[in-house]
Amino acid sequence: MYAVEMVNIVKRFPGVLANDHVTVRVKKGEIHAIVGENGAGKSTLMNQLYGLYHPDEGEIFINGEKVVIRGPKDAIKLGIGMVHQHFMLVDTLTVAENVVLGSEPVKGLNFDMKKARQEVKELSEKYGLFVDVDAKIEDIPVGMQQRVEIIKTLYRGANIIILDEPTAVLTPQEVEELFEIMRKLKNDGKTILFISHKLHEVMEISNRITVMRLGKVTGELETSKTNPKEIARHMVGRDVVLRVSKEPHEPKDVIFEIKDLVVKDNRGLTAVNDVSFNVRKGEIVGIAGVAGNGQTELVEAITGLRKIESGHIYFEGKEVAGFTPRQLRELGMSHIPEDRLKHGLIEEFEAYYNIILGQHYRNPFANGAFLNHNNIFKYSEDLMEEFDVRPRKIDHLGGNFSGGNQQKLVVGREIRTNPKFLVVAQPTRGLDVGAIEFIHKQILKMRSLDVGILLISMELEEIFSLSDRILVMYEGEIMGEVKPEETTIEEVGLMMTGHRIEEARRG
Amino acid sequence: MNKKVMAILVPVVSVLIALAISTVIILLIGKNPIDAYGALIKGSFGSKQAIADTVIKTTPLILTGLAVGFGFRAGVFNIGAEGQMVMGALIAATFASNFGSLPPLLAIPLTILIAMSVGAGYAAIAGFLKAKTGAHEVVTTIMLNWIATYFASYMVTGPLKVGSGTPKSPEISDSCQLPVLMKVGAIEMSAGIIIAIIAAIFMYILLNKTTTGYEVKAVGFNPYAAEYGGISVGKNIVLAMAISGALAGLAGATELMGVHHRFLGELSGGKGFDGISIALIGQNNPIGIIFAAFLIGALRTGSNEMQFIGVPKHMVMIIQGIVIFLVAADRIVRTIMIRKRVEK
Repeated sequence: MYAVEMVNIVKRFPGVLANDHVTVRVKKGEIHAIVGENGAGKSTLMNQLYGLYHPDEGEIFINGEKVVIRGPKDAIKLGIGMVHQHFMLVDTLTVAENVVLGSEPVKGLNFDMKKARQEVKELSEKYGLFVDVDAKIEDIPVGMQQRVEIIKTLYRGANIIILDEPTAVLTPQEVEELFEIMRKLKNDGKTILFISHKLHEVMEISNRITVMRLGKVTGELETSKTNPKEIARHMVGRDVVLRVSKEPHEPKDVIFEIKDLVVKDNRGLTAVNDVSFNVRKGEIVGIAGVAGNGQTELVEAITGLRKIESGHIYFEGKEVAGFTPRQLRELGMSHIPEDRLKHGLIEEFEAYYNIILGQHYRNPFANGAFLNHNNIFKYSEDLMEEFDVRPRKIDHLGGNFSGGNQQKLVVGREIRTNPKFLVVAQPTRGLDVGAIEFIHKQILKMRSLDVGILLISMELEEIFSLSDRILVMYEGEIMGEVKPEETTIEEVGLMMTGHRIEEARRG
Repeated sequence: MNKKVMAILVPVVSVLIALAISTVIILLIGKNPIDAYGALIKGSFGSKQAIADTVIKTTPLILTGLAVGFGFRAGVFNIGAEGQMVMGALIAATFASNFGSLPPLLAIPLTILIAMSVGAGYAAIAGFLKAKTGAHEVVTTIMLNWIATYFASYMVTGPLKVGSGTPKSPEISDSCQLPVLMKVGAIEMSAGIIIAIIAAIFMYILLNKTTTGYEVKAVGFNPYAAEYGGISVGKNIVLAMAISGALAGLAGATELMGVHHRFLGELSGGKGFDGISIALIGQNNPIGIIFAAFLIGALRTGSNEMQFIGVPKHMVMIIQGIVIFLVAADRIVRTIMIRKRVEK
């Protein structure tokens, strides 16, 4: 008997096939993990079960009956509850008030606070969800807020509970407490869908696992009959095809180094935790990792876009922590940013203005305060020719080029500055095979010219085919360093999901 | 369709549609539209006096239009042109009543410089608050407008007050007054219009030919990419507000030095706010802003003549309102079209 069956679910977003004929079957009373990298389509799938999105194709069965879920109200009626990654609580109300919000007990016309408190207390005691019913949400820790969310679903009669990356915000102790609660819920006959990309957690708590990759289901596994290695292989895909041939090249002196770097993210949480590494001239150092493990913050810190908390950044042996992007560029650092529309391009600017961004104030593009348009146009024509940007129109607006040509424009701009050190983040995201090959060749050409290159990518294929050394990042820390020819995709996959190199080697 | 063609076509078509709608309204109130428009044209261009009057009304509108338009191009919405104009004129008036000993060649530029610096500094407050704390300039400039208005009204009813009747400051020294280009009866058309046109040329060059223009536009379009490209976002927000404020201050200077020769209670009379509509009609283009300011200036000057033949002068408010509505609607339509394209 399946509590939840989602059969052949297809969900499209503009330009993305988020769920491609996904089938998931969840048995009644089990903890079912849905595993995959960020962007694999896990949350999209769960949001369809909770009625926040509607599948374009496919069917959903709850307890064997075919249902159409138009919104969360329908889902709640069917006994489905969801705890989102970002909590939906009112900070200034108490725990009890939050739990009953929307279906408050009443006495006559009045809100029956006493009854609400009583009911919430009973629920929390039954499942070991220890909360202070009278505390205000803003005063309680994140772990407790999450318990309030779980009580909310129970209060509304949920038998199927979706937990969307519940451990992402918790401390290790809180994770243990959460697992205890999950076990109690399971023993009481509740069905739990647990979304995660942390394999050790999945191994510890789940009964069965559905693995997703790029919108498709790549594996259905019994937890007791599998191991992290196998899950990792399903998660990251198995085949690595080396598309570009890499000539051997002897790296020279260290051009760039960071030591004990600590960087915080926008929420003030530590995103890069005590990271040290170096890059030599003529060497490509790849940083692999699931998105959101501190890579973005690392790149921003290195390129002067984000301030660092502590640690050192050295460029040619000189401390450059705290330098502005302009100072770093003047020293010879170039940066191909991960988000070309946010950082890389000004969509409203013509191609020729985009091409000079970063050097617009310097000769030959400016004489003193004035721009030299003749030189700008000439340089832009040459660059677009060399990097085969189409259409070959220098006055075409940045936003009107296709993604691949925008990327060529950015890559061309950054490479033509003749940098000594190049930071390359997700250089081929969303590009077709031809453009990928072109850009990979350009990066390798820079290597042969003795440019030091730091490559950050979520595409393992890219990391493996370009890097001389691979560092794997997980939750802001480096899990280990490997050479592409001496490692396997499974090993790197395990490190990407939180296993240090020694553990990964043991398997 | 070509962007540049659209930029001209939209305001022109908007004016034509506005005239068509007003024609219907004039017909509905039982008057002859041809007579009404005839009177309007006669009132604004029919005589030397009318032309001088139109130019006088147009001058400050060009400058406040440029002030707001420059802000838009740099990604800041300066609603504070009114306050910057008032402060610029007020402080300049205070100094300029004591410049009698200076020759005009020194006194005029000095007075202009004071008004522009004060306008720039006053606007830079809002720029600084935005850059440092993220406080939106719409909110802060509106607040600064009130401060300027009440401060000015305190000054001319208190410390600076001269004579009785309308609150006003002492007259500025003769050497600070702008030269008169044309004198018709009591109407003196000063060289203010030349200053306004020079300011438009200055704005065109600044925006299109200089690295400063490149940087403020980059910050206005995409602050993230600008920062990535080594452009200081905070510095350029303050700079954009300051340049915008300097232009508004210049509007105050021409009114002070070319028209009233003293600070009057209603020196600005909402011309700072008119700048918003004019920038909108002129599509934030310096040349477009000159035409838009002339259109509004001429409508306002001619409206009295129209009133004489029995068509209420508020008709021009209707025309102005419809033009702004249509130009703004075009933006809304285009925004929706762009959204749709993105979604596909």
